[in-house]
Amino acid sequence: MNQKAVPVYTRPKEQGFLTRLLRRIHVDVPLLTGLLLLSAVGLIVLYSAGGQSLAVLGRQLMRLALAFTVMLALAQVHPHHLQRWAPWLFGVGVMLLIAVLLIGDISKGARRWLDLGAIRFQPSEMMRIAVPMMVAWYLANNPLPPRPLKLILGALLTVAPAGLIAKQPDLGTSLLITSSGVFVLFLAGMRWRYIALVGGAAAALIPIAWSMLHDYQRQRVLTFLDPENDPLGTGYHIIQSKIAIGSGGFYGKGWLNGTQSYLDFIPERSTDFIFAVLSEEFGLIGILVVLAIYLFIVLRGLYIAAQAHDTFTRLLAGSLTLTFSMYIFVNIGMVTALLPVVGVPLPLISYGGTSMVTVMAAFGILMSIHTHRKLVPT
Amino acid sequence: MRMDAPLTQPLRIVLVLGALGALALSLAWRALDLQVLDKEFLQNQGDARHLRELAIPANRGMITDRNGEPLAVSTPVDSVWANPRELLAARAQWPALARLLNIDAKGLERHLLGRLDREFVYLKRAVNPELAQQVTALAVPGVSLQREYRRYYPAGEVVSHVIGFTNVDDIGQEGLELAYEEWLRGRPGAKRVIKDRLGRMVESVEGVTEPVPGKDLALSIDRRLQYLAYRELKAAIQANGARSGSLVMLDIATGEVLAMVNQPSFNPNNRVKLRGDFFRNRAVTDVFEPGSTIKPFTAAAALESGKFRPTTMIDTESGLFKVGRHTVRDVHKYGVIDVTTVIQKSSNVGATKMALAIEPQQLWSMFSRVGFGAATGSRFPGEMPGALSSYKRWGEIERATLSYGYGLSVTPLQLAHAYTVLADHGRFKPVSFSRVTQPPRSEQVVKAEVADQILKMMETVTGEGGTGMAAGVPGYRVAGKTGTVHKSQAGGYADNRYLALFAGVAPVSRPRLAMVVMIDEPKSGEYYGGLVAAPVFGKVMAGALRLLDVAPDDVQSLRTQLVEAGVGKQNKGGAAGVMAQVVSSTSHTRQSNETKSQPKSLGKGVL
Repeated sequence: MNQKAVPVYTRPKEQGFLTRLLRRIHVDVPLLTGLLLLSAVGLIVLYSAGGQSLAVLGRQLMRLALAFTVMLALAQVHPHHLQRWAPWLFGVGVMLLIAVLLIGDISKGARRWLDLGAIRFQPSEMMRIAVPMMVAWYLANNPLPPRPLKLILGALLTVAPAGLIAKQPDLGTSLLITSSGVFVLFLAGMRWRYIALVGGAAAALIPIAWSMLHDYQRQRVLTFLDPENDPLGTGYHIIQSKIAIGSGGFYGKGWLNGTQSYLDFIPERSTDFIFAVLSEEFGLIGILVVLAIYLFIVLRGLYIAAQAHDTFTRLLAGSLTLTFSMYIFVNIGMVTALLPVVGVPLPLISYGGTSMVTVMAAFGILMSIHTHRKLVPT
Repeated sequence: MRMDAPLTQPLRIVLVLGALGALALSLAWRALDLQVLDKEFLQNQGDARHLRELAIPANRGMITDRNGEPLAVSTPVDSVWANPRELLAARAQWPALARLLNIDAKGLERHLLGRLDREFVYLKRAVNPELAQQVTALAVPGVSLQREYRRYYPAGEVVSHVIGFTNVDDIGQEGLELAYEEWLRGRPGAKRVIKDRLGRMVESVEGVTEPVPGKDLALSIDRRLQYLAYRELKAAIQANGARSGSLVMLDIATGEVLAMVNQPSFNPNNRVKLRGDFFRNRAVTDVFEPGSTIKPFTAAAALESGKFRPTTMIDTESGLFKVGRHTVRDVHKYGVIDVTTVIQKSSNVGATKMALAIEPQQLWSMFSRVGFGAATGSRFPGEMPGALSSYKRWGEIERATLSYGYGLSVTPLQLAHAYTVLADHGRFKPVSFSRVTQPPRSEQVVKAEVADQILKMMETVTGEGGTGMAAGVPGYRVAGKTGTVHKSQAGGYADNRYLALFAGVAPVSRPRLAMVVMIDEPKSGEYYGGLVAAPVFGKVMAGALRLLDVAPDDVQSLRTQLVEAGVGKQNKGGAAGVMAQVVSSTSHTRQSNETKSQPKSLGKGVL
């Protein structure tokens, strides 16, 4: 480890009770501020998108509470433990994925859920954390930059679970998990020529991947390329969403005044397409504010990664942060018709529980990495 | 762990931050693109998806007769319609709905599936209020009622040909409903409503224009006369086994159509099983050769030429007269008779000799001045102008046959209209189907004295020895002319298919009504106009004069009748009351007494 990267420990100035408490429970204040702000915006938009239903709001609040609890809990866990658990977590995760494929529950045509009696559980969500942890763990045990063989093995650790998830089928999660692994490889200092090589291979594989896609997935891509081609069928989502966003204009129509959302013209308006409701009601101003909050959170995450003391935490923090930004980009890109429709929720704003808990778990890990720094033996 | 932690490698940091910045910028740019640059287009698209203009139907104007009796009224009804997507989702309630509307559930599904791209599909139009209420009570998602107006014709088939009808969208299709469409139709109002994705109306917003109801239309028709005409014509058609028939009654002073009926008729309130040709108002749209009913105009041309006077003697020879290779025949041998008698007896030879004695142009001019060969200007949809060829192409044969009504074609309305000219001292007025409030401008087309002389001649037709005695009305002087026309068919004239005609006016001293009765192909043995059409004329004219309170102008004959009927002894008081009584009672006795004795005196042939 490079010494100069470690900040000199100085006794902090006299601080208030709250600051000391937050420090004691390993909370990173800027990150928490950003996340709370985002959650607040999310609740406001959801109230409108959910048809002003207090029940919907209540359920979302419960999930947020659970997610923040998970975040706080993980923030208490020392990164060393995380590093030790990484292979186990990964191994269990892969087995669960295989179990899903064999005995999973089918919901909306995809086999994603595992019924464990009391709780229904989506192992793919767990893998969103486990994969970057595993790859980071694997690479951190070896000198950097990694050798080609290591890279290939690291890539395999990513692609294997991603393949299992793609098989469910859940293309969105699969792609994001792949990118989380790739981010680790990239951050680990993968050589440029390998990057070029992998990029070229990926491009060459596109036709093969295309042939392996399910019909509905191909349809999504085709629709993305030309939504007006099938305005009443699969293009409907995209067209309606664009209209809602455009209708918002610069200042938006105002909270609770989005006609396109209220009249039920936006599909999935409280989940995947909630960004369209936000855009219609709060306009460009609202979009820029939300993007600013997201950017702040991402930059704070990158800062935490840069400040991390060892390779594992550094790679993990970097990958988790970049994956988070990918979620945002993929969702907003989909809603604004920049990208094909992929079922990815907008983090912390979309209605729904599982992904929210995963996202917050990642931030718990980031906080843990940042707040346990000083205790790292050098 | 020997190397720099990669995130502190400047290049990668710049790259990661740069990439993040690029992503954020692309999203922001996309938002700007949609919300500022494409805003107008997308907002319009958005409005197009939820803002709808809904029409509020306007009430169609009422059609009344000249006395304000309703002939066509619009009543508000409800139509049941559905939003296909919504209704398809509520499959559980289909059986109840289908049962209520009396439609097939399978057919309903096909109907809906074929129209998924619409938001509005009629299930059943114009249902009765009770059913509408039941549909509402059923509360099937996606099924709603729409207020509409349904046309209802209280007089039914009595006046159906004149009125015509509207289609299910309340737009005039036939008859006066079509002719006065602009007048009757209101301007529908509009309201802007917000609809959700499933087409459910969420709320109604600004921009409501009230519907402007259509204007009422008062026709010239008198419902009482119309009903009388309808009843008598129908009875005559049935009694004679005739194919069809028409009757037109005009007001001589105003040119108004007081009654116009055709047989067979139809019920405009229930047109399900009817074909298009039932709807034709034959009195206006069908032409025929007028036959002997044209002779008064031949005589008028002759008098006008100055070569003839009512008393001028004409040798009708032996009832046969050769014109070129053709022979003009009379039914009987009349010998040397005056012009009046030519009309009274309906001599074809006499008419031919008059026509050949004057210039062809004079005959043509008379015909065209009284309106033959040109539409009457009544604006009735589908009106035929008839045919009158130019005199320049007439040879002797044409001049001869035209003089007794072959070689030209007219409609019943045209014929009745022409008779109003003779009856009104030669004055020509436009025909009108709407009530005329001020006397129309008239044009003198025939010399008044000529017209009056012809009227007197025609009076002899219904008198003793005339061909149309059955058309007489006790207490009134009636002038008219019979016609029995060989129907033309491919290659010449049919031997045994006839038109029976009577055209006339009454009362002669101060003419009020002109009427034409046409009966097509009577099959029960009789076919002479004087036997088949004249009695109808007599009965309808008698009733009409009584209904209109027209003072009798032939008290002498009335007195005779009173004595004959044995009524006079009992009723010595109020003369008017007695007359009215007699008029109604005698029209029947006359028919039974006189028409039966007529045939022998008429003999055979074309009158």
